[in-house]
Amino acid sequence: MPMDLMVEVSPRRVFANAHTYHVNSISVNSDYMTYMSADDLRINLWHLDITDRSFNIVDIKPVNMEDLTEVITAAEFHPHHCNLFVYSSSKGTLRLCDMREAALCDKHSKLFEEPEDPSARSFFSEIISSVSDVKFSHSGRYLLTRDYLTAKVWDLNMESKPLETYQVHDYLRSKLCSLYENDCIFDKFECAWNGSDSVIMTGAYNNFFRMFDRNTKRDVTLEASRESSKPRAVLKPRRVCAAGGKRRKDDISVDSLDFTKKILHTAWHPNENIIAIAATNNLYIFQDKLNSEMH
Amino acid sequence: MFPKGTKRKFSDSGEESVSSGDQVPVAPSVATRTLTSSYSLQRQSLLDMSLIKLQLCHMLVEPNLCRSVLIANTVRQIQEEMTQDGTWQIMTQALAAAQCPADRLVATEVLCRQTDPAAQAGQSPKPFSVVGLEEGYHAEEVVEGEVETEVTMSTLSPVSPQLSSASYLASPFGMGPCWEEEEEEEEEDGECEEDEEEDSEECVSEGEEGDLSADSRTGEQVFGTFEIKHPPPDPALEELFSDVDPSYYDLDTVLTGMQSAPKMGPYDLLESLSSHGPTALSSSSSCRSDLNELDHIMEIIVGS
Repeated sequence: MPMDLMVEVSPRRVFANAHTYHVNSISVNSDYMTYMSADDLRINLWHLDITDRSFNIVDIKPVNMEDLTEVITAAEFHPHHCNLFVYSSSKGTLRLCDMREAALCDKHSKLFEEPEDPSARSFFSEIISSVSDVKFSHSGRYLLTRDYLTAKVWDLNMESKPLETYQVHDYLRSKLCSLYENDCIFDKFECAWNGSDSVIMTGAYNNFFRMFDRNTKRDVTLEASRESSKPRAVLKPRRVCAAGGKRRKDDISVDSLDFTKKILHTAWHPNENIIAIAATNNLYIFQDKLNSEMH
Repeated sequence: MFPKGTKRKFSDSGEESVSSGDQVPVAPSVATRTLTSSYSLQRQSLLDMSLIKLQLCHMLVEPNLCRSVLIANTVRQIQEEMTQDGTWQIMTQALAAAQCPADRLVATEVLCRQTDPAAQAGQSPKPFSVVGLEEGYHAEEVVEGEVETEVTMSTLSPVSPQLSSASYLASPFGMGPCWEEEEEEEEEDGECEEDEEEDSEECVSEGEEGDLSADSRTGEQVFGTFEIKHPPPDPALEELFSDVDPSYYDLDTVLTGMQSAPKMGPYDLLESLSSHGPTALSSSSSCRSDLNELDHIMEIIVGS
């Protein structure tokens, strides 16, 4: 008889009083000695064994707060180069910084930004360009970013535009005003690489999450919910159709999506095809069929 | 900012607010560009919505800085576009011309459209005031509607009925007291209570032509509250308000006093905006009202 898993947590170390704003990211360095924490305006570097002080390595707080138009949204260390890290902003930019260049990394080594498409410009353009998550590929050659409607893969050697752009839920593009009104437009979705950097994954609404195969260019939409998945059952691909569009059985119309069921947090096992999906107050662990047969 | 005549996507459900049929060919001057009234109304509605969101941002016990910055940037974009279109100047002039009775609460400006004939004749001018919270203290800010100056957002005051209530939106970070140009250094802790000494005098916004960033302290007002710190009690300010008639505290309370109340989600606060009965300062439960009232008020805001 399966027992409910009880998880208890207790803090082992507390690194206090270094942040004035909300912490959005922490990232352990590849040296396994230091880590960074990022809030809206600053990034601090810590030593894992030293809890009472940190170094400030990025500070974008303007002298006059009235000049504030951009905040830090996510940050991560490079998986191999312990001096490199990246941070993203609410204006859709990525900055690669090298800690060897200066103590305060306010000047970036590289700035990744995609020029805006003037024909798609709206009052919501900036909001939907805000990067909610940034992740280095395991190889360290690419960056994966998530903004409101897309996931993008960037080549570290090309700052001018992303290598690949994946539409997560483009059917929401015509609904931005409503999503602004109900604040969904500010939802911050995470993204993840699989172990071999060939597939990327991110969450969406209605308990859906999406996977994109970078090589085959195929994508799939899956649902994480008790109703649609019993243990050991294979997840059925889902499809969202435009309202009034051609509809297959089991398709969901855009207007029927439940925007309160959002999958913001997703993670992929670094070596195996096992994924963790957080849906409201439930945590789902999925593994691929092949994997499950091996274990 | 945008190439003139660029189609902008605004409304939902695939409904383009500026259809190509309505598109005005590229015109050399902004003044000659015509907007469809539908686009103009939607833009106004978006502006109103954004200002309310900014207010609510401040209401939260732990405000979200990223969200506020994004909303403020949206407000600024709208403002810039309205300035280019000439709509902004019309609105501010209409507001300057509007008369407010001395005993009228500022807070009601948030929800009530002014019935100024000149304003109505103009191009959807709309007065709105925004709460600029600074640690729960609010100073009244009145802006002179000089033609060339940018305007600043006014803040609500729980009292000071003698202050007039014209209020404007200026730079997105103009939330907070405005200062007369001569009084540059009055705001050490970001409070503009000194302005209340001006009584019904109007203070001029510091904006210069084309300069959309308001005076520096106002931004501090907007985003200063996001720092994790506890507000220092201000005996001077408390004394100032000590003899206030609590019956004034209707809408004012819910918009300004709620920082001391238990944490409410944004939707709770929006509901409480429509509470009309006399409300004690700390009574959050009485701030809830039925949704019909809320709808009615939202209608007024949206101007439908």
